[in-house]
Formats: sequence, structure tokens, C-alpha cells
Amino acid sequence: MTTASGYSPQETVERALAAARSDDCVVIAEETSAANLRWAGNTLTTNGVSASRQLTVIAINRHGHGPGHASAGVVSRAGVLPDQIEDVVRAAEHAAAEATPAEDADQLAGPEQPGSFGIKNLDEPGWDSPPGRTEIGVLRDFAATLGETLRAAQAAGRKLYGFAEHELSSTFLGTSTGVRQRHDQPTGRVELNAKSADLERSAWTGVATRDFTNVDIAGLDAGLAGRLEAAKRAISLPAGRYETLLPPTAVSDLLTYLYWSAGAKEAAEGRTVFSKPGGGTRLGERLSAQPVTLSSDPRAPGLACAPFVISHASGPDSSVFDNGLPLSATSWISDGSLAALISSRHSAEVAGLPVTPAIDNLTFATSAPAAPALEEMIASTGRALLLTCLWYIREVDPQTLLLTGLTRDGVYLVEDGEVVGAVNNFRFNESPVGMLERLLEVGATVPTLPREWGDYFNRAAMPPVRVEGFNMSSVSQAS
Amino acid sequence: MDDHRPGIDPEFTALPLRDLADAALAQAKSLGAQHADFRAERIRGQHIGLSDGNPQTLIDADDSGLAVRVIVDGTWGFASAVDLTTDAAARAARQAIEVAKVAAAMNTEPIELAPEPAYGEVTWVSAYEIDPFTVSAADKVALLAQWSNTLLAHAAVSHVDASLQQVRECKFYSDGVTTATQQRIRLQPALTAVAVSDDGRFDTMRTLAPPVGRGYEFLTSRQLRDGAGWDFEAELAELPELLAAKLRAPTVEPGRYDLVIDPSNLWLVIHESIGHATELDRALGYEAAYAGTSFATLDKLGSLQYGSGIMHVTGDRTAEHGLATIGYDDEGVAGQSWDLITDGILSGYQLDRRMALLKGFGRSNGCAFSDGPGHMPLQRMANVSLQPAASGPSTEDLIAGVDNGIYILGDKSWSIDMQRYNFQFTGQRFFKISHGRLAGQLRDVAYQATTTDFWGSMEAVGGPQTYVLGGAFNCGKGQPGQVAPVSHGCPAALMRGVRILNTAEEGAL
Repeated sequence: MTTASGYSPQETVERALAAARSDDCVVIAEETSAANLRWAGNTLTTNGVSASRQLTVIAINRHGHGPGHASAGVVSRAGVLPDQIEDVVRAAEHAAAEATPAEDADQLAGPEQPGSFGIKNLDEPGWDSPPGRTEIGVLRDFAATLGETLRAAQAAGRKLYGFAEHELSSTFLGTSTGVRQRHDQPTGRVELNAKSADLERSAWTGVATRDFTNVDIAGLDAGLAGRLEAAKRAISLPAGRYETLLPPTAVSDLLTYLYWSAGAKEAAEGRTVFSKPGGGTRLGERLSAQPVTLSSDPRAPGLACAPFVISHASGPDSSVFDNGLPLSATSWISDGSLAALISSRHSAEVAGLPVTPAIDNLTFATSAPAAPALEEMIASTGRALLLTCLWYIREVDPQTLLLTGLTRDGVYLVEDGEVVGAVNNFRFNESPVGMLERLLEVGATVPTLPREWGDYFNRAAMPPVRVEGFNMSSVSQAS
Repeated sequence: MDDHRPGIDPEFTALPLRDLADAALAQAKSLGAQHADFRAERIRGQHIGLSDGNPQTLIDADDSGLAVRVIVDGTWGFASAVDLTTDAAARAARQAIEVAKVAAAMNTEPIELAPEPAYGEVTWVSAYEIDPFTVSAADKVALLAQWSNTLLAHAAVSHVDASLQQVRECKFYSDGVTTATQQRIRLQPALTAVAVSDDGRFDTMRTLAPPVGRGYEFLTSRQLRDGAGWDFEAELAELPELLAAKLRAPTVEPGRYDLVIDPSNLWLVIHESIGHATELDRALGYEAAYAGTSFATLDKLGSLQYGSGIMHVTGDRTAEHGLATIGYDDEGVAGQSWDLITDGILSGYQLDRRMALLKGFGRSNGCAFSDGPGHMPLQRMANVSLQPAASGPSTEDLIAGVDNGIYILGDKSWSIDMQRYNFQFTGQRFFKISHGRLAGQLRDVAYQATTTDFWGSMEAVGGPQTYVLGGAFNCGKGQPGQVAPVSHGCPAALMRGVRILNTAEEGAL
């Protein structure tokens, strides 16, 4: 399909590669469209549709001393017209000519790469199919239902706040070594927050969706209305360490941060929680007594993401030279032990580890039989806090991966198997690594939306967990 | 305009900007929009990252596009496009109308905008001398490598991360009565030294140089034309010894301490506990499901005791070299300066045109911004600054008034709750104060407080000689998420009896 620009992204890739004069070249052409609605206090606040078209060219100059001697120049530009493609290529080549040798220099992937590379995912359109596109019509029925839900909430004395977004991104990757890979990524979510009329009680839920067919906004609101009712009995508790039930969204926010912190290069350099004192990494070390696995799989059902490396810039554990490398299922923690760290080919070599690049989804699960649902965990609880979600999570101490943050939109006290009331919010200071050591129970894994990181990391499946002595450092007055 | 200010990027002004605006606005009006505004933007960015003096990341980005915002029957509609053609502009206007019609099903409050004078054709360019995009990447890499190697030469330094972010933002706005063409430049340098001890402990220390609304001259001139620059050589010379001392420093005893807080740390507390808390959209609940609300609700305007009586906080879009400084916002409102907290009392908010009319403020103070053509403008933060005392003390004088306390420099970890009550911050450097003198560094320090308690404990603010404009490139807000640059000026300040945590103990079972 020819776009408004005159060339399809596939043609753009081919034109850019044909124009390239550098020794090697990588071209990434992306088309992204999005539609969103936002509401607060039972009425619309903002909305919009957007469309973007991005061309990234990575020019590589070889210096004749083997694959490890090369420099790279990266230029990324939006809205490139057909007569501007060559300009972008020349700009990248100019940047490569200016650049000093890249420490991550390597051969580019080729179509002969083993593993999943080059194997067409039957669920995805082929290289030649036109890019996917979303538009406001995806949300038309949703908006109408939401309007009814907002009016019903208003009549019932609740205030609803939230956001719905659908985005579709088509990425076309081509290299001078013959790689032609394409990935279409739908990403969607609905977040709904209900508050009592006096704003003293609050509840939240969120759903990740690929196409909005699994979103029942009225049902979500009904669930929140029930939780607001359960929160009518207010209980004040002081700061301290509490046995705590974390629902899947809270677990996803903590473990996503752990995942982002699990880079091979800095671990090998001695400056992360995964560094071994005296040198090396903690690979193989047991992190939890529970038989838990933290993993990523580009073909995980419902969480599918790009099955090959797409790298616009090199970093500690990413490399533009790795573009097109296959991604396959990777266990970061296996049966409770640290099993892999995020790496590029370069950082894996530096750390002396296998190559395991980052993958855009995350699953945490126990292999213990008959993992319970959250409701069953509540029913078997003597006394514990039950959280809704976490917020404003920031790293305090990289040595232990100590994180701070807040509980939000519903903290409940569970006694003798029942929720007995709503508790004040807390500031927590906890390490997800320390939390793994203190897991008392791990429930059944379900798809979830990370509340804090959902803007950047949308695809997760997590269990509820029971943690011993979760550190609620101080009371927050926020409601 | 300052005579020294360069002109606007000729590649941007060569675009058919007025034709695009005319096409979009005419299409919107013809389809029944009561209001329409148009933006075209080009945002150039370059990020350079070095690891141990070796280039690791170098990417040039060039983002451009157009945006149309309309009001149809009292409902917003927004659409953006990437192609800078009149066809794309008119199509975006049609899409914005369609969005408004879909969204009307969930709208109950008709949108109206506060009036703003018509300014006609205006231009504005931020104050800088050297456009960083005219300097070769090789020269920038060489400078960062030289600085990295200076640090690596010290035995205490195991690793060095260096980075430089640069942005040139060109913006064209038209609503039919005001047409503003603007450009601003900003850059953010940072070097972080890492020390790893033989027993596996490690620590870091980052330079205190702030992000600035200046050009490349900030990196190369200790003496700038309009005042002092940043002495990177001096800071890099002292950093390794400071880091080595930090690594072997005693861990802090938790408890309550008097704090002397340097502007390099205090700016972030201002940002989180005042800047966001005085955003009217938060106070009204528009961010309730995401960024959060504010304890400083509208009913408390003029009465809330925010802090001690010496507290004077302003909002502005006018501070030279401020990251949030601009001539006109994304609703055509001219930049202004106003009070947010006067003599310790909440006295103002940050506004856009809709909220200004809705809540009776009369006129917006120019805080509607989008981070690019792909997003709808939100109420975004102005430069929010704590004013110094006219004849106030030096930092040394403030320290001299503390018997048992901590002097804190540099920002690091930060977190605050969704109503801006409870916060926790760490820093880059912590010096013990004993009997009015610095007595070596401390480790593992975090301070935790409630906003009004913290500002109520402010006993003294330093004089103008202690004032520094700090800030950030990446203030996040809104859904879809947007980032915005913002500056915060402040003097050094003395707080009494603030709770100090030991982060090592917090992390231990």
C-alpha cells in the first residue's frame, strides 16, 4: 500500500538500503497510529487521534580489522517524504564517519540466522502486507457505553476517572545483509478509578487489551462500586512491617523494575544488586525458596511482542548491531534461582554470559501445584494487608534494589479470611529482590496491567503473592 | 527580543506554516467548530552517552508534525498528522471534528476558553549563544571522553557514565488571531562516577550541573556573557575524592535532624511538593486517575498555610534560561510571572484558558503545553521558584546556625504521594553538620516529610548569592504520557527537625 507519503514503509526500507553507501546499513521504518479518550469527574477531559511515521537509518563503517571494528551513525526522523529518504541515509553516514569505533561493533544478523529468526509468525501479516492502523472508530462503541456508565455513576454518587487508549505500530526492519522482518504490535488499555462523592474512598482497576473486545466497562465499574462499599469502614494503622497480599498489578510493577535492573553489563561491573561481591554476577544464586519463574516469551499467548531485536540506539545492554537477532523464550529466574541477565551480544561477551536480549513482556509464575486465586488467598488469611496497586515507585539504593513508593486506591485489612475495612495509605520501602526471599505464598498467574509502568510496559502476567513483613515505612495522608 | 538571540531555524520557517494553518482552521470552521487552533512543530534531539569514556549511545532524532484542536458543540476534539502538507492539515481538522463527535457521548461540561488578547504575528527565541546542533558530534564526544578520563584517572573511580541531551524545539501556533513562531534550545549534561570496593559495596556520585535553557556555551565557558557559567573542571577535579570519602563514610543514624539543603537538591522538592501541587488541573481532579490530585484544593486559596512566613514562591514563563520559559503557550497566551505562595500562604495556581474561565480567574497565566505535535495540550508546569531573602545569609552562614544536622547536595531518588502530602528524597552528597561546621560525609541518607510540615519547618532561606536555577528535562504528566522541561530556582535553605531514614536499614528485614 502506498501511504500519504508516497512510499509504503516496505518501499522506504528498500529505497534507503539502495541509497546506502556505507559498508553495512540497518533501516527501521515504523508507522504508528493511536486513539484515546480520557475522563475525570464523570465527564470527558481530553481525547485525540495521532499518526506518526518514523524512519531510522543506522549506517555502519567497517574498519577492515574484523567484525569488532566498526563505527555506527544513527539518525531517526519523522515524516520523511520520498525525496528525503536519501537525506536521512546521508545524515546517518555522516554521523558514522564522525563516530569513533563502537565498542559493541559486530556483524549484522543475516537471513541464515538459526533459531526463530526468519521463521514467519503465522499470526502476523507478511512483509508485503500494508501497515496496520487504528482510528477513533475503535473506541466508538466503547465511548457510548462509557457515557452511559458515567451517567449511572453520577446518579449513584460515584465519580469516575480514567483513560482508554488503542495504539497500533507496524515495524519494518531491513538490513544490507538481507534481513527483512516485520512486526505489528497492538497495544491497548483501559484504566478506571472510582471515588466516593467526598473523594475519601478510592478504587482502581486496569485492563490491558489488544483490541478492546475484552473490555466490559460497566462490569469494571460494578466491581469498583463494590470495593468502595467495602471501604466504608475506615481503619487507621501505623507504619510498620505487615504480612501483605499484593495483587497481580502490584507484583508486576515491582518485578518489572527488577527486570529492568537485571542488565548483564552493569552487574558484571559490580554495580547492581545482581553483582557478586568480589567480581562476576549472581547467576545461579537462589533468590527465592518458592519454585517461581520470571520469564519473557515473544510468543506468549495474549502477550505477544516482537520476536526479533529492534534497537534504535545502543546502550549498556542493547546494540544497534543486534537488529534482527531472534528472540526466544527466556527465563530470568528459574525455579527460584537467577538464570539470566538482559544482554546484547556485546554485553554478554563482557559479562561472560549467554546472549539474552530484552523482550517486551514478562510473566511470573509458580510451578507449585494448585496455585490459589487471590480470593482463596484472602480466605486463608489470618491477618494481613491487601493492596490494590502501587504508585510513584523510585529506586532508593541500587545496592539492594531498595524501592520506595506508595500504596494507592485501596488498602484493606483482612482478618480471619475476610476484608474488614479500608486502611490508610502507606509509603513503602521495599526491594523486590528482598521480597522474593520473603514470599510466603504465590497464587495463580493471570494477565495484568502494571499500574505504574503501563505507559511503557503493557504486557504482563502475574500472580497475587503473600509477602512476609512488607515494609510500610510511613503513613500517607492521601486518599 | 534580546539582540544576541539567534534567529529561528530557517528549515522550519521555510515550511508552508501559514498555508497549513489556513487549511486546518478553514476546514474546522467550515465543519462547525466553535474554536480551532493549529500547531506545527519540529523537535530536534540528540542524545550522546559514553561508558568509561567510550561512546555507547549516539542518536539524532528529528520529529515533526502538525496538530489541530477543535471545540465542537462544547466538546474537545484533537488530531495530529506527520505530513506537513495542506491536505494532511485539512484531514487532521476533519479527524479532530470526528473525535469530538465520538467523545460527545461522554461529555457533560461544555468547553469554553478564557479570553486572551490577540497578538497578531509574533516571534520568540530563547536566550542562547551556540546552537548545539551546529557543533559536531565528534567534538561533543571528545569533550565527554576527556571529562570521563579525568574521573577515571583517579584510583577511587571504577566506572564513569557520561551523557549529554540536547533539544531544539521549533513551534508554530495559530488560532486565527495570534500566530506565534518560536524556538528554544536546552541541554542537559551529566557525569556519574562509580566506585566499587573490594568487599562488593558500591556507590555513585553525579555532577551537580543543572539542565539549562542555554546553548553549547554552557559546556565550554566558565564565564558566560550574562553571568557565571558552570565550572566543570573544578567539579570534576573534586568529584573522585568526594566519592571515595562517601564510600567509606559512616552510615547515618536515623532520627530528626536540622537540614541545610543546597539548591541542587531543593529544586526537586519544590517541583514535587509545590510545582505539581499548585497545578489547578490536579486540584480539580483531572489527573486523579493517573498523576494524582493535590491537597492544595481551590477552597484553600488564600488561606492554606503552605509553609513558614518567609516562603515566597513564584510561577513564571519568563525567567531567562528557564526550561519552561516561552513567549506564548499552546493556547496563544503570553508568558507571565505570578505568585503561587505569598508569605507562606497559598496565593495562586497554574492555569490554562479553560480552567481560568471555569473557575473565575479571568485570564490564563499561560500554562497549556503539549510535548509535541502528537499530543493535546495539557496544563503543564511553569518555572516554579522559591525566592531568596534580599539580604539573606550565605550557605556557610546557614550551616553555622546548625548544631546537629546534615547538609544535602544533589538530587537522586524522589517519590511523593498522589495528593502531594508524603514525600521521600535522597541526594548525591550528605555532609554531617556538627556545631556549625561540616564534619565529613554520611551514607544511606533519605529524608521523609509531609509537605506542609516540611515547608513549615523552613527557618531561613539564603540570599541571592546562593540562588541557582535547577530543573529537569522530563517532568511526566497526562495520559497519553507527556514530558516537559521545567526549571526551579531556589536559594539554600535551613529546615529544622526533619525525619532522616537510614536506607540500608529500610532495605534490611
